[in-house]
Amino acid sequence: MKMKTIDDANKAVIDKIVGAAPFLVDVVPAHTVIPELEEKALLHAGPPIAYQDMTGPMQGSCVGAVLFEGWAEDEAEARSMLEGGKITFIPCHHVKAVGPMGGITSGHMPVFVVQNRSEGNEAYCIMNEGIGKVLRFGAYSEEVINRLTWMKDVLGPTLSRALQSTKDGLNLNVMIAKAITMGDEFHQRNIAASLVFLKEISPYIASLDMDKQDMQSVIKFLADTDQFFLNIMMAASKAVMDGARMMEAGTVVTAMCRNGKDFGIRISGMGDQWFSAPVNTPQGLFFTGYSQEDANPDIGDSAITETFGVGGMAMIAAPGVTRFVGAGGFQDALATSNEMVEISIDQNPNFTVPTWDFRGICLGIDARKVVETGITPVINTGIAHKEPGVGQIGAGTVRPPVECFEKALEAYAAKLGLV
Amino acid sequence: MLNTIIKKNAYQDSVNLMLLTNHVSALQGVYQASIMMGTPANKDIMRNSGLYTEELEQAGANDMCIVIDAEGDDKLDQILAAVDEFLSDQSVSTSQSSTTSVRSWERAIKESPNANLAMISVPGQYAAAEAEKALDYGLHAFIFSDNMPLEEELKLKQKAHEKGLLVMGPDCGTGILSGVPLAFANRVKAGNIGVVGASGTGIQEVTTLIDRMGGGISHAIGTGGRDLSEGVGAITMMDGIRGLANNSQTEVIVVISKPPAREVRDKVMLELHGLSKPVVALFLGEKPACHEGHVYQAYTLEETARIAIDLGKGVSVQAAYSVPIEAPSVELKPEQVSIQGLYAGGTLAAEAAMLIADALQLQDGLIHESGYVLRSNGHSIVDLGDDMYTQGKPHPMIDPATRIQHIENAAADPSTAVILFDVVLGYGGHDDMASVLAPAIGKAAAKAREEGRNLYFVAALCGTHQDPQSYTEQKRKFEEAGVIVKESNNQAVRTVLAMMKLDMEDMPKHHRPAEAAAASTKPASEAIEALLSSKPAVINVGLSKFTASITESGAAVVQYDWRPVAGGNAKMQHILHQLNQYRFEE
Repeated sequence: MKMKTIDDANKAVIDKIVGAAPFLVDVVPAHTVIPELEEKALLHAGPPIAYQDMTGPMQGSCVGAVLFEGWAEDEAEARSMLEGGKITFIPCHHVKAVGPMGGITSGHMPVFVVQNRSEGNEAYCIMNEGIGKVLRFGAYSEEVINRLTWMKDVLGPTLSRALQSTKDGLNLNVMIAKAITMGDEFHQRNIAASLVFLKEISPYIASLDMDKQDMQSVIKFLADTDQFFLNIMMAASKAVMDGARMMEAGTVVTAMCRNGKDFGIRISGMGDQWFSAPVNTPQGLFFTGYSQEDANPDIGDSAITETFGVGGMAMIAAPGVTRFVGAGGFQDALATSNEMVEISIDQNPNFTVPTWDFRGICLGIDARKVVETGITPVINTGIAHKEPGVGQIGAGTVRPPVECFEKALEAYAAKLGLV
Repeated sequence: MLNTIIKKNAYQDSVNLMLLTNHVSALQGVYQASIMMGTPANKDIMRNSGLYTEELEQAGANDMCIVIDAEGDDKLDQILAAVDEFLSDQSVSTSQSSTTSVRSWERAIKESPNANLAMISVPGQYAAAEAEKALDYGLHAFIFSDNMPLEEELKLKQKAHEKGLLVMGPDCGTGILSGVPLAFANRVKAGNIGVVGASGTGIQEVTTLIDRMGGGISHAIGTGGRDLSEGVGAITMMDGIRGLANNSQTEVIVVISKPPAREVRDKVMLELHGLSKPVVALFLGEKPACHEGHVYQAYTLEETARIAIDLGKGVSVQAAYSVPIEAPSVELKPEQVSIQGLYAGGTLAAEAAMLIADALQLQDGLIHESGYVLRSNGHSIVDLGDDMYTQGKPHPMIDPATRIQHIENAAADPSTAVILFDVVLGYGGHDDMASVLAPAIGKAAAKAREEGRNLYFVAALCGTHQDPQSYTEQKRKFEEAGVIVKESNNQAVRTVLAMMKLDMEDMPKHHRPAEAAAASTKPASEAIEALLSSKPAVINVGLSKFTASITESGAAVVQYDWRPVAGGNAKMQHILHQLNQYRFEE
């Protein structure tokens, strides 16, 4: 295609999003696909950040990961390693990965492997640990480490073997398209997709030659974990957006992520460069006993789902959670999704939303439209307690600072020699 | 003490905020309040009114700035609650409406592919750019916004003319297309009289009089006040006349304007003489002595309506339309010698000034300084809709505060005999002006009585029985408050003159044939013909309340909740423009 204008460039980028074919093919130890993790290194969510600048939950996750890897005997030793600069920190996004909340990923954690077969690229994401005391919210008690160890020893290998026996992997487009008609928006609500996943994978698990009790514990974990599919969705979104940004031109937002301090975005025309500004703090509903005061600033790579067009961008798809995320009901959800259309280049015909007259999900956030209208993407998000280890205290919505988009456009204009 | 509250990303249009400011200012314990969006211009206004605080530094164009001077800090929560309630009431009423709202031209066009008219009511400095976009999308433009530089207006109108499109405005307050009232306009019956006018309240007075006299309106096209200036050369007026000449519903054409520049007047008159339909022309301020051919010339707005009605019925036009005026008996003190006119409608104010100047036989009675249109022999007519009264305040047709203040002042003046004012009903105006003005009128009259004076109030009530405010109810409420209510501005003024024992007569006009036969009219463009052949499909860019009259008329409208591009950030606007224009090398 002959590219004349930025609109043409953007069209080429979104064509790659529509044409993407993500497949879940395996679950493997992170270090086997991310060589950087062979060293004493940890991945984190968001744009680059130093340990001392991390908020409580992310630091707590680091402690947990150091303990999990067995690099330290106890918390004190772990903290002194982290503070002493003994650990290298790498943003997940720099190594084809994404991580929820703290996003802390270490070499022996199992990660999903999603292949985007249209472009031949891969993306990775750790598995969902469920709710309550979990590493991603900064908890690092024995219970947390034990669960991570079980995931490494039992859950990961089981899913890997089951996926191997599917031969082709699981076609995620199909699962996403099904679940969106069942009321998921894939960020706040994944229960339908998680059940679809369980439905697809359980026959393969059942035919594995393995310990009966382990098998039972895997099935029970998958059945109990409503948000299990979120991390698959994140890896799928990452695979699709990384495939699309091989087309290095235009103003399509190709990543959005937060490290608790800064919100970072990438746009198609600027490749790997981050454009950051201080994050906002999510607003929403809180579990009893917690309030807005306890909320950690916005954190996590999960906004990759909004970048792809689901999550807050597809609020209307999940009427069931609109109240939970602080919106005032169906009309507000409709208004939110309609507003998101204003900053999107098109709508994705692969994923149509029944509650939206079968319109497709938002396709390609155009940074120009964000700056022009002042409408920033809506991100659905869990809310972490600002102290490590407390975990999730609520859920709500948050928006990126518009400055990220302004900086990106300014840089792109400079690159094109326009300013 | 001054308290500042910044509500981030909470855009509201300025009219809403001015109403909100009044609402908050009226709360107990509030000395002064100002609520505005944090644009640089608004911050200047805050600075000038002594309400600037350091916190405003942080506010941007999309942030709502609330500055309150109130007794004690404890009032603050109460005030904030009142603000939130006011704003949420609004959002409830907007969320219930079925109008689609969008935030970009692109989506507006997508939602309404058949749109043929854009109504633009954005801040003046943005109006030309938005109107140009409308023209580029092939839409006619109705520009309510004012403060557009003359050269921008000319450029827009030339472009529109070339494309066969019509630009109504800028500063176009009113219009009626196929019965659909636009902006400040009245619901009038359908009929065979088409109006093109350069004056808002002039069009409203003529169309409502025609309606109440039993006639009807095909279309009323506003041109904006400067269209007949030498600089613009009546581009819209000429295209409007051709549109009506071509329009099968229109059998009589009414043209309303202030006296235009000589050559512009000649150009328009030549066009009118070339029409095959009868015409009534009113150049307000001129006292015509004759009718020429099929072009009839009127002196007042009421006479304009009466001639048009007769022409519409095919009845021959009378030489004069004198309406008998019954002078109410008055008891005045010797020092009570002056008429104080407090007008909301600019053209109505000008008409009042013209009639009074005529009665007083003033040589050059009409002035235009500090809001006065007449100030002579103790009499004065003030146009409260003049820019000097509306800076940072709502127009007196929407909000009574300025007028109430002036009523108090005029009543306190011992020389005042009669207070004359207008009330313009219809869409856009106040819901119940009688109920808010009556108490002020009662108070002023009582105060004068205490001081041993009788004070008289005469009102011209402009509107129709189909208007959202009930004409009969409004009239009754004013009469109960002791106001003498007249159904036209002409009659109201003449009643006042009679009360003051001032006399004036209408000179009968003779009818002479037209001089040379004029060239036959050029046809209207297809797009203008289409605009006048059925109800418009509208994209409303700006003030959302303008959608009400359109939806209630069964016409299609999409609401474009307009915001300045990039929140008014000039640097980002430039970058966006550059990116949008960019071409990759082949």
